[in-house]
Amino acid sequence: MDLTYTPEEEEFRARLRAWLARVLPGLPPRPSPDDWPGRRAYDLGWQRRLHDAGYADVHWDASPTIRLIFLEETERAGAPYVGANFVGLLHAGPTIAAEGTPEQRERWLPPILRGEQVWCQGFSEPEAGSDLAALRTRARRDGDAYVVTGSKIWTSHAEVADWCELLVRTDPRAPKHRGITWLALPMDAPGVTVRPLRTLAGSAEFAEVFLDEVRVPVANRVGDENDGWRVTLVTLSFERGTAFAGEVVACRRVLGELAVEARKNGRWDDPALRRRLGRLHAEFRALWRLTQWNVSAAEASGGVPGTGGSVFKLRYSHARQELYDAAADVLGADCLDLDRPWTLDRLSSLSYTIAAGTSQIQHTIVAERILGLPKGR
Amino acid sequence: MRFRLTEDQWALRAGMRHLLERRFDREALWGAVEAGGSGRAGGGPRLDRGLWRALGEAGFFALRLPEADGGVGLGLPEAALVFEEAGRALLPGPLLATHLAAGAVPGAATGETVVAAVDGTLVEWLAEADVVRGDATGAVPLRSLDPLTPLHRVPARQPGPRGPVAALLTAAEQLGTAARVCELAAQHARAREQFGRPIGAFQAVAHLCAGMLVRTETARAAVYAAAVTADPVDIAAARLLADEAAVRGARDCLQVHGGMGFTWESEVHLQLKRAWVRTHRTGGVTESEEILAAALAAGGA
Ligand SMILES: Cc1cc2nc3c(=O)[nH]c(=O)nc-3n(C[C@H](O)[C@H](O)[C@H](O)COP(=O)(O)OP(=O)(O)OC[C@H]3O[C@@H](n4cnc5c(N)ncnc54)[C@H](O)[C@@H]3O)c2cc1C
Repeated sequence: MDLTYTPEEEEFRARLRAWLARVLPGLPPRPSPDDWPGRRAYDLGWQRRLHDAGYADVHWDASPTIRLIFLEETERAGAPYVGANFVGLLHAGPTIAAEGTPEQRERWLPPILRGEQVWCQGFSEPEAGSDLAALRTRARRDGDAYVVTGSKIWTSHAEVADWCELLVRTDPRAPKHRGITWLALPMDAPGVTVRPLRTLAGSAEFAEVFLDEVRVPVANRVGDENDGWRVTLVTLSFERGTAFAGEVVACRRVLGELAVEARKNGRWDDPALRRRLGRLHAEFRALWRLTQWNVSAAEASGGVPGTGGSVFKLRYSHARQELYDAAADVLGADCLDLDRPWTLDRLSSLSYTIAAGTSQIQHTIVAERILGLPKGR
Repeated sequence: MRFRLTEDQWALRAGMRHLLERRFDREALWGAVEAGGSGRAGGGPRLDRGLWRALGEAGFFALRLPEADGGVGLGLPEAALVFEEAGRALLPGPLLATHLAAGAVPGAATGETVVAAVDGTLVEWLAEADVVRGDATGAVPLRSLDPLTPLHRVPARQPGPRGPVAALLTAAEQLGTAARVCELAAQHARAREQFGRPIGAFQAVAHLCAGMLVRTETARAAVYAAAVTADPVDIAAARLLADEAAVRGARDCLQVHGGMGFTWESEVHLQLKRAWVRTHRTGGVTESEEILAAALAAGGA
C-alpha cells in the first residue's frame, strides 16, 4: 500500500497549484444561480482557461491518479465547480473515450475539453427513474437516421446544452435491457423542446425534454444498436464512481470553514457540536481515502471504475447531507437565510441521495453485485 | 500512489488467516468459550500458551521489531493486516499489549512471555499474564461481558499503552470483526428461507447487509490509510469508523440471524461483545472526536 506520489505527479501538482494561485484571484464573480446563460458562459470560460493552460486532457487522457490530483487541487483552491460541464467532462466524455469510435472521439471530445460545448444526460423518463431500463422513448430506423419520439425528465442543464447523451428503445420486442441504444442527440435538432422545471432550491437546474420525431444520424450512435445498456453501465460507473471525487475535497474545505465560523460565534464551546464536527472530519477523511482506494483499483483494472462507486456514492451522499445539517446548527437562525451560501448548499444536498441513482437502488446494487444476495422483486 | 495491497501483503494476510484456521478453528473457539464457564469473577478463559508461541513463531508479536533486534522488520500496514485477521477470528488474549511490548519486555516478541497492560481503568487478561505494564495494584476482577476477554478494574485511571499505535491496531481488529459479521450476515441471508425464498431476497434484509458492507469498506480505507501515514488524525478517524463498523455491523448481523442470533451457540454475540470491549480501549469515540475537532480548529481538514 502506497500513498506517496511519483516525482512527475508531484511536479504536476506543484505546477497546477502555482497556476491556480495566479489565476483564481483575478476571476470575475460567479453569476447568480438563476442566470443560466451567465452560468453557461462562466463554466465554459473556466474550462477554456484550463484548456489553454494545458490542463484539459486530465479528464480522459491522463492516468486516474493525475486526474485525482487535478480534482484535489482545484477543489482545495476553491476553483470554480465544473457546473454545466459536469456531464460532458465527468461521464459523457469518459464514456465516449471508452466506447466511442476514433471518429467519435475526435468529433466530440476536443470541444468538451476546449469549453465549447455543454452536454446533458437524457436517461430518466417520467415513467422510468429508478427502473431506468423501463424507458420508452422510441427510435425507429429510417435510412441513415433514427427517428426519436418520447420525453425525458430531470435533465440537468438541458436549457443550455448542445448535446445530450440519450437512451432510446430501438427494439420494443426485446427483453427490456436488450433493446436500448445510446445516442448523442444535438439539442438544436428540430423537434426538441425543453421546458424548465424549478427545483426546491428555487432555480431551474433541470428540465423536461420533449422529443417529437427528432432525426438523429446513425453515426451518432455510441456502441452497437440494442447494446446501449452495456454502454449505460459504463456511463453510470463513471457517474457514481469518479464524478464526485473532487467534491469530497470541497466538503473538507467547507468543514474547515464551519470550524472557523463556530469558533467565531461561540458554538465551538458546545462539546456536542464540536464532536459532531470532529466526526464529520473523520467521515470526509475516510471518504477521501476510499476515493484513493477506488482510483487505485480502477487504475489496476484499466480505467473504468467498478462497483466500489456504489459504496462510495452511498456513503458520500449521506455524509454531504450531514455536513450541511451541521452547518445549519453552526449558523443557528441564520440557516434560514437564503443569502447564506450554506443554506442553498443544504437545499441542493437533498438531491444527492436521489440523483445518479437513489440510495435504495445503490443498496440493492451492493447487496446483489457485491454480497451476492439473491435478486429481490 | 498505489493504494492496494502488495503481493507480499496479500501473502502475509493469507498466511495469518491460514494459521488461525489451523490453530484456532471453531472447535477451539467454542472450547475457549466453554472453558471460561459462565464468566465467574476471577474465573474466565485460560490462555492457550501453545497457540501464543505459535503466534510468536509466525512473527505476530515481533512483526514491527527491526530485523537487527530479531524482529521481522515490517511496518504498521502489515501489523494492521494481521490484527485484522486476529479480530476476524476472535482470537483471544492480550494481543495488543504483548505486541506493543515486543522489544521492551524479554520474551514478548517470541510469545514466551504474555504481557497485559493497564488501559484506562481496565486490564484485559491480567490473571494469565506474566508481565503487567502499568500499575495494577488494587485490581479487582469483574464479571466480563465478553466470555473470551477476562477483565480487571483498577482504582485510578491510567493512560493506555502507546497512544496512536494502540488505537490503530484496535481499529484493525474492529475492521476484522466488521468484515466477518458482514460475511456471516450475507451467508445467512443467502441460506435461510422464509415465505418460500431466501431472506436476502427481501429488501429490508438486503439493505441491512449492504449498509454493513459500506461501513466496512469505508472503515477499511480509513484503517489502511492510517496504517500507511501513521498520522494521529488519520488514526483517530480510522478508530471512529472502525468502532462504528464493528459494533453496528455486529448488531445488524444479529438482527439478520433472527432468534438464532440471540442464542449462545451463534458466533454473532461473541463478535458484538468483543467489539464492545475494544471500544473501551484508549482512543475511543470521545477522544477521537476531540482529536479530529482540534485538528479542524487548527485549520487541517
Ligand atoms: C437534482 C437532480 C438531477 C438529476 N439529473 C438528471 C439528469 O441530468 N439526467 C437524468 O437522466 N436524470 C436525472 N435525474 C433523475 C434521477 O436519476 C432520478 O430522479 C432517480 O434515478 C430516481 O428516479 P425517480 O425520480 O423516478 O424516483 P422513483 O424511481 O419513482 O423512486 C421514488 C422512491 O422509491 C424508491 N424506489 C424505487 N424503486 C425502488 C426499488 N426497486 N427498491 C427500493 N426503493 C425503490 C426510490 O429509492 C425513491 O425513494 C436527476 C435527479 C435529481 C434529483
